[in-house]
Amino acid sequence: MTDPLAFARAIATGSVRVIDLTQTLAPDFPTIALPPEFGQCAPFRLEEVSRYDARGPAWYWNNFSMGEHTGTHFDAPIHWVSGKDLPNNAVDTIDPANFIAPAAVIDCSTESARDADFVLTVAFVEAWEARHGKIEPGNWVLLRTDWSKKPPNAYAGMREDGAHTPGPSPDVVKWLVEQRDVRGFGTETIGTDAGQAHHFNPPYPAHFYMHGKGRFGLQCLTNLDLLPPKGAVIVAAPLKIKQGSGSPLRVLALVPGTPS
Amino acid sequence: MSKPLPPPKRKNPLRKTPAPLSPQGVRSRTAHGLTAAAAQGRFALQVCADCGAIVYPPRDACPVCLSARLPFRDIDNTGTLIAETTVRVSTDSYFREHLPWRVGTVKLDAGPVLVAHLHDDAREGARVRLALKLDKSGAPVMLALPAQETDNMQDDPQLRELTCDPKFRRVLITDGRTAVGQAMAKAFSDAGAAIVFVGLADQWKPFPGMDALRAIERVEVVPLDVTDTESVAEQAQQNGGRVDIVVNTAEYIRAGGIVDRQGLTVARTEIDVRYLGLLRLAQAFGPAMRARGGDGVNSATAFVNLLSVYALMNWPSYGAYAAVEAACLSATQAMRAELRPGGVKVVNVFFGPLETEWFEAVPPPKVAPARLASAVIDALRHGLEDVFVGEIAQDVRARLAVNPKALERELAG
Amino acid sequence: MADRKSYDGVAVCAPVTIPYRRFSTNSAHWWIGRALRELTRQAGLRPKDLDGLSVSSFTIGPDTAIGLTQHFGLAPRWLDHVPLGGASGVVALRRAARAVQAGDADFVACVAGDTNHVDSFRKTLSTFSRFAQDAVYPYASGGANASFALITRNYMNAYGARREDFAKICVAQRDNAIGFPYALMKAKLTLDDYMSARAVCDPIHLYDCVMPCAGAEAFLVCREEAARSLGLARVRVLSTIERHNAFADDPIQIRGGWALDVAEFWAMAGIGPGDADLLQTYDDYPVIAMMQFEDLGFCQKGEGPEFVRSHTLTNDGSFPHNTSGGQLSVGQAGAAGGYLGLVEAIRQLTGQPLGGVVPDARLAVVSGFGMINFDRGLASAAAALARAA
Repeated sequence: MTDPLAFARAIATGSVRVIDLTQTLAPDFPTIALPPEFGQCAPFRLEEVSRYDARGPAWYWNNFSMGEHTGTHFDAPIHWVSGKDLPNNAVDTIDPANFIAPAAVIDCSTESARDADFVLTVAFVEAWEARHGKIEPGNWVLLRTDWSKKPPNAYAGMREDGAHTPGPSPDVVKWLVEQRDVRGFGTETIGTDAGQAHHFNPPYPAHFYMHGKGRFGLQCLTNLDLLPPKGAVIVAAPLKIKQGSGSPLRVLALVPGTPS
Repeated sequence: MSKPLPPPKRKNPLRKTPAPLSPQGVRSRTAHGLTAAAAQGRFALQVCADCGAIVYPPRDACPVCLSARLPFRDIDNTGTLIAETTVRVSTDSYFREHLPWRVGTVKLDAGPVLVAHLHDDAREGARVRLALKLDKSGAPVMLALPAQETDNMQDDPQLRELTCDPKFRRVLITDGRTAVGQAMAKAFSDAGAAIVFVGLADQWKPFPGMDALRAIERVEVVPLDVTDTESVAEQAQQNGGRVDIVVNTAEYIRAGGIVDRQGLTVARTEIDVRYLGLLRLAQAFGPAMRARGGDGVNSATAFVNLLSVYALMNWPSYGAYAAVEAACLSATQAMRAELRPGGVKVVNVFFGPLETEWFEAVPPPKVAPARLASAVIDALRHGLEDVFVGEIAQDVRARLAVNPKALERELAG
Repeated sequence: MADRKSYDGVAVCAPVTIPYRRFSTNSAHWWIGRALRELTRQAGLRPKDLDGLSVSSFTIGPDTAIGLTQHFGLAPRWLDHVPLGGASGVVALRRAARAVQAGDADFVACVAGDTNHVDSFRKTLSTFSRFAQDAVYPYASGGANASFALITRNYMNAYGARREDFAKICVAQRDNAIGFPYALMKAKLTLDDYMSARAVCDPIHLYDCVMPCAGAEAFLVCREEAARSLGLARVRVLSTIERHNAFADDPIQIRGGWALDVAEFWAMAGIGPGDADLLQTYDDYPVIAMMQFEDLGFCQKGEGPEFVRSHTLTNDGSFPHNTSGGQLSVGQAGAAGGYLGLVEAIRQLTGQPLGGVVPDARLAVVSGFGMINFDRGLASAAAALARAA
């Protein structure tokens, strides 16, 4: 289809459905917690300016503050040391054509329910491909764990020795980049890497390998269970922040709908 | 002996809440020497620097030698109650709500004669100890207490009016995550608080002492994030009408100076947690507390701030922290004036380095969280306004009184 | 100490009382103005003949005496403002007497007047003095009642005075008031009434307290010849004393300033306590009346209770005291309370009482007291007066 208007008609008639993969930006949504002696990601905060009152009689508006990596957000290659010197590696310099791409959704919700430290392996992905076909180049790979359905404490999965949440192994990330030329990696958890990834080799492999090769990350996604394994198109355009390392954004999935 | 104070009954929802009233709070400028002493729990009168006469009421020339040098000095507070009366008719709206009220004439061993409020156990002809207290108008008054401790002494109705006793009151500890917050919760529970609300932010992040905190008697954990305006407002909407004492334990302590720090994100957090956090709490809880300052046995009575003593003079090793504490101190001075019409005392408890993780590189003496909590309880029981806990804080206060410039240099090392 | 100069050649005349009212919407200026008009009428003078003016008032603020000169259209060559409360009458008299003796003024109008609005009392109390503001009012704001309760309590402990003794003073004064046309309290008072009345500040009860009200009192001071040529009944001054902040080391006030100068008082007057036909004490509370019996020499210190028990204090009694009823029955019209006794003494001595008469009254003692600055009355004064021949 080369006619954007036909695409718009399809949306309007429901033959292409829009699914919101974004968590609501709210003050109580957990952010990544680093050791206290490091700088931290600012949580989302809203300050009311006026609400049809003496501060502004006929209008309601807020000022808000947050970090580049608060809530559902996009990671650009410049975010990691391994991607710091690549060309067009910040949110304002990435070619916008990159922001619209199909997605392969890999369901490991059952395995994650059993084991909070579930690690996605090459073998698991190959088994998925055997059922759904090869992952096409330039696709997002989204890890469906149903983690977004958990209540806040379980969602963050924080224990005395850090977070326990599912994520990819170093090998599978390397393989996805080198063997499948993926657009980027997306998760429902806080972070594209597993909760215990600081113990992996290399630490934080999703960040290290993805960004090191100029690929992107998406985190704190939701509603992945509403997506087909293949066939969804993701619209994920971060804010155009000068030399930004990432930004909170609206992530939409376009999927085939029932014609109206 | 004072009768033990019975726990207050549940408030009658159909009765109008008694308005907070104040006695006359006007004092001459010189008399504010008593205000300063009362705020710190000291007993001080003017002592003539030329002839040594001890004088009262406060004045501007010595009645013995006419010297103008009449500084306030700490003096012995013992005396004899030589006459008493029970006032049953008063022209003042505040006292009319509290009649009958005993006052008497005390002859101090140090010389002067004065009129004082009388604790129930201070009897005519007996020996007494005087204390300077701040009444509901924030002005200094004399209170005669029995020379020896008596049973249920703290339950005396006049003493309770002149102090902020946590017994039977409901307190909000704004952050239970830290060692100080947890020690505070335990101390208030032990002091007889009816409910100890303990605020916790980001409950998805576990912390040491979490289980022990929830197990403390009469502790109720509530969601509260002082950096989130909506969170503070929601907590106030829910519980603000039954918070009698706020103790702001929210802390954010990092070493580092002004020039020699990189970036502003830590500074923003320092400001957000400490200064803006204070403003959020003040705006959300202040008005309701002010309206409930006359609300019986468990009236709203105090807003307690834990402030670094370096708010008074910057310690460059922790220069950014000290600067924000100074901003908080100034804000509390405004709050003091704003909450006074409601008879709610703003209590500032100053401390030096703490025995906690963010001061670990600092050598002793340091203040243990339990000691800080105990000092807060003590301050409330005595109705103090300005409290200095630990050797370092008292040292800073003493040096400030003599030569602030010397202290500035000394803290810079 | 140098010999005191006599008051020869001085006349005190034209006793004026403007009938008291419990509450008044009029200003103190109105009350004082009425007193001055009545004074000129009684004395047969025109207002501009008054070339001396002494004013005492708690409620003419923001004015003082100087404002009243313009307010009333007077151009005096001698002006005094006497803010001494219950001692104002005697003190005004002493000052005016010396002025006319020296020729500094010919006709000095001495006047005291106060209004009483519904909120006057509270406002007066809360800003009465710096020491009251800093060290008394914050202690239950009981006013003078609380301060004098402590003084009464101490006096009772020290000298064995009982409530019944104070009752006798109050009951006798009420008997004296029954014939006085301007007394605000005229119902007979019995011992039982007094003893069973409600407590105000223990041990002070209802009938120990004066009733604040609005009113004005005045008299004229001039030279003997002037009074004679105007045909005015008049009184001579035998002696006066004045003392402030006496006995500051007494922990609680148990004697007033008179005790310091009492010998001089009688020596200057040339008479003794037994010669007085009547005594007007300043009676803000009966305990102070009792102190004046002692400190003016009518009995020894500490014998006040015994003196009261062994005398009758009515106008027809063995010791006529507060012959129009005193403030306790007539009312306390602010500073005019410091004139009440003096004006009534002038009436009794010149044979023109408005109520009960003290038979053949020739010598009177008038005492003033007041101004509780902190914990005791600071001002005291007394005058011995004689009927003019």
